[in-house]
Amino acid sequence: MTEKARIRVAREADIVDARQQGRGLAGRLGFSSCDCVLIATAISELARNIIQYAETGEIVIQAVRRGRARGIEVIASDRGPGIEDLDLAMQDGFSTGGSLGLGLPGARRLMDEFAVSSELRRGTEVSVVKWLKDAPSR
Amino acid sequence: MSAPILSLDGFLVVTIQKNPTDSEIISLHETLLRRVSEVRTDGVLIDLTALEVMDSFCTRMLRAVARTIGLRGAPVVIAGIQPEVAFAMVQLGLTLQGIPTALDLEEGIDLLRRRRRRERGS
Repeated sequence: MTEKARIRVAREADIVDARQQGRGLAGRLGFSSCDCVLIATAISELARNIIQYAETGEIVIQAVRRGRARGIEVIASDRGPGIEDLDLAMQDGFSTGGSLGLGLPGARRLMDEFAVSSELRRGTEVSVVKWLKDAPSR
Repeated sequence: MSAPILSLDGFLVVTIQKNPTDSEIISLHETLLRRVSEVRTDGVLIDLTALEVMDSFCTRMLRAVARTIGLRGAPVVIAGIQPEVAFAMVQLGLTLQGIPTALDLEEGIDLLRRRRRRERGS
């Protein structure tokens, strides 16, 4: 069972690839079909942000554990221009790229945990986690 | 890859694939606009039954398609959004800005037919 996927994001087909891999891994980890779609949608937004603002980057999707909790973590990183104003970027409807401006705040709402760090001209890393609601009895 | 566009009872029916890329969605937009200008149509139904993930880009394009076709006087109905996809859209904060939606293809066509009858006043 693949518990980790690393997808280089450089073309729009990679967005589809990343979200499909994320959905697949989430399903294997025991997430409900509803959660699988939430996770895939978040990955789609993060991957699109990479292409739109940094052109290339990477998405790592992996199983995580914290104590008895199990979940899935998605890390989207790039060496792009960085985000000038993180507070502004986290607001709904704010976009410098002509999109709906829901990428970052949307990904935060779709997942349980959200962290972003960014440095101008160095790049951006966004990490999100979704936890499994009940530990499966397996 | 181009999405199939069928004619059905004076309407155009477009079926969106499971996992379209951005450029497939853009090309669908263009193809649909071309078809709407070539043939007379009483409405367009976009069937999303197969679509697995609806993100902000896809939503933005659908809104643009509906607005543009609406300006040409043809109503657009979106059908078949899966429950998981609908849930994710609400979480993400995506709206279809008043584009009428229907449970499935059949109800979508019904909606278009009712609208046509109303407009013809018969």
